[in-house]
Amino acid sequence: MAIFINENTPILVQGFTGRIGTFHAQEMIDYGTNVVGGVTPGKGGTTHLGRPVFNTMKGAVDETNAEASIVFVPPPFAADAIMEAADAGIKYCVCITDGIPTQDMIRVKRYMRRYKKEGRMVLTGPNCAGTISPGKAMLGIMPGHIYMPGRVGIVGRSGTLGYEAASQLKALGIGVSTSVGIGGDPINGSSFKDVLEHFAQDPETDAVMMIGEIGGPQEAEAGQYIRDHFKKPVVAYIAGLSAPKGRRMGHAGAIVSAFGESASEKVDILSDCGVAIAPTPSEMGATVQKVLSARKAA
Amino acid sequence: MDIHEYQAKELLAKFGVPVPRGGLAYSPEQAVYRAHELGGARWVVKAQVHSGARGKAGGIKVCSQESEVEAASEGLLGKKLVTIQTGPAGKLVSRLYIEEATDIDKEIYLSFVMDRAAERIVVVSSAAGGMDIEEISHSQPDTIIKVQVDPAVGMQAFQAREVAFGLGADPEIIGKLERVILGCYRAFRDLDASMLEINPLVITKQKTVVALDAKMSFDENALFRRPQIAELRDKSQEDPRETYANDRGLSYVGLDGDIGCIVNGAGLAMATLDMIKLAGGEPANFLDIGGGASPERVTKSFKAVLRDKNVKAILVNVFAGINRCDWVAKGVVDAIKELDIQIPIVVRLAGTNVEEGRKIIDQSGLTMISAETLADAANKAVSAAKKAA
Repeated sequence: MAIFINENTPILVQGFTGRIGTFHAQEMIDYGTNVVGGVTPGKGGTTHLGRPVFNTMKGAVDETNAEASIVFVPPPFAADAIMEAADAGIKYCVCITDGIPTQDMIRVKRYMRRYKKEGRMVLTGPNCAGTISPGKAMLGIMPGHIYMPGRVGIVGRSGTLGYEAASQLKALGIGVSTSVGIGGDPINGSSFKDVLEHFAQDPETDAVMMIGEIGGPQEAEAGQYIRDHFKKPVVAYIAGLSAPKGRRMGHAGAIVSAFGESASEKVDILSDCGVAIAPTPSEMGATVQKVLSARKAA
Repeated sequence: MDIHEYQAKELLAKFGVPVPRGGLAYSPEQAVYRAHELGGARWVVKAQVHSGARGKAGGIKVCSQESEVEAASEGLLGKKLVTIQTGPAGKLVSRLYIEEATDIDKEIYLSFVMDRAAERIVVVSSAAGGMDIEEISHSQPDTIIKVQVDPAVGMQAFQAREVAFGLGADPEIIGKLERVILGCYRAFRDLDASMLEINPLVITKQKTVVALDAKMSFDENALFRRPQIAELRDKSQEDPRETYANDRGLSYVGLDGDIGCIVNGAGLAMATLDMIKLAGGEPANFLDIGGGASPERVTKSFKAVLRDKNVKAILVNVFAGINRCDWVAKGVVDAIKELDIQIPIVVRLAGTNVEEGRKIIDQSGLTMISAETLADAANKAVSAAKKAA
């Protein structure tokens, strides 16, 4: 099962023939991902990495029946690429691109509301490391080998901190069902809550590791959802305990600008909602282990 | 990216927002000339620094003689203005804005921000202008009016009117307020702003509406398509450590501690700072070298971190994803040799080819401390910095 992608999901690469697109598409193929082709406007009809290149997403979907796509298009054109994927009937899209203007993302989110919720494309990212269902498929830029297949879901804003969690889990012999990066931008495709809703439906996910950070309302929103609706155990770590107010810490969205947006406030909110808190970033794996063994004992 | 008040006013005026007449001055002499040029009997000398709360910090002076304008300018130019927002270091005043004084009848708070929950631009206004918004939301939350803008169609006139009537303005003022609110919205949208605040927006005794102050910030991701905004950057208002690093493509935030940090990925970088604090130390900076930590970027990062003379130890924490630890380790060794670094360096590598990477560190013959985990690295860096202090 896993969520969003598995070994059979046919995948298109948007920005296929560029330097970054080429490198990561090859990594994804090597991992066993079912990459069926790619799109680079103007290069339709050619072949790249042994797969067909198309001019438009509609043309590519018509030919390949692709269900998912990954966007490596540069920031000025990335919003357009996401909307093109949504319009072509793609079900799941990951946007890796870092640096998309906020108003472009507002436009993307508004555009996607043209489609009824059931048929609407799910977008994760931008500014993320992507999604991996270990042992099945990789739709992202992460090092696939640090993820062991298993039954813990990961959802987080940060790429490398997600790697940290996955490798801590692997060292403890705990595997991952799917790891989803939602990205570090202020406006993103899916929130923590959106991804948790998918994990709730997945029989192959027993628990979820959630990696948040300062800035924005999404961790608090997820907390309420977990308290009221989510039946599986959740462990959270929130980065930025030492971040000064009003300063942007690398990610465009990592800035404390309102009440409830600092790391300590988010920790309090999540902990009140019944989430197990990893007190430090080096205890993410151990906290998951503790929660899982408590569950087994119960 | 922040800009100065006078720059924000120039931009807003182009969108039909009335602002008081004024002029820029770089010297007391120029300030007097500006006052003379403006005429009238009262002027306001305003320090141009990237900070709010300038008034309380003595950065805004009302003068009724040209000699007072000169004295006020003497007192401000070349000094650092310390406000509650600048931190103790303050910000250099190198420009003054000389403005005609305004006869204030009412003060209104008006701002436009990105509402991350609604994913829309939202207008926030209050009849209790003059105070900052935290103060208003604390003491008079009932006065706050919020209106969200649908991005598909933009702000509508009726929404601006709702705000204007909500502020309890006189009927003769409503049309003027409506034009100001719509003008601000268009400026925000067309210039890719991330924040626009007019506090106060003033209704004068002559029943006109003017923006007495103006603050704007811009989405850095959109500067590629707003060259006229990118031009307004004033490096004298930035932390020089940050200017150096950011101009070299590094994501850097200067802090007050003594442990320099070089990390790949923003989340891991924040987590590393947290670990240092938990271990009883103080980080000197946030630095994300980005996903692909090439040897050149590692060298650049060392240079940026070492510009901070408070740094007593450096912690390198790299989780090699798409690149390899041995490659990063080589970059670190090369950088230390090239820059002849003498302070202790703690290196924690994880991910691809970690064993080979550690071997390179251990066999380099340099004074480097290898660490296994994040916690181990933080502890070692903190004790190294304490020993060096």
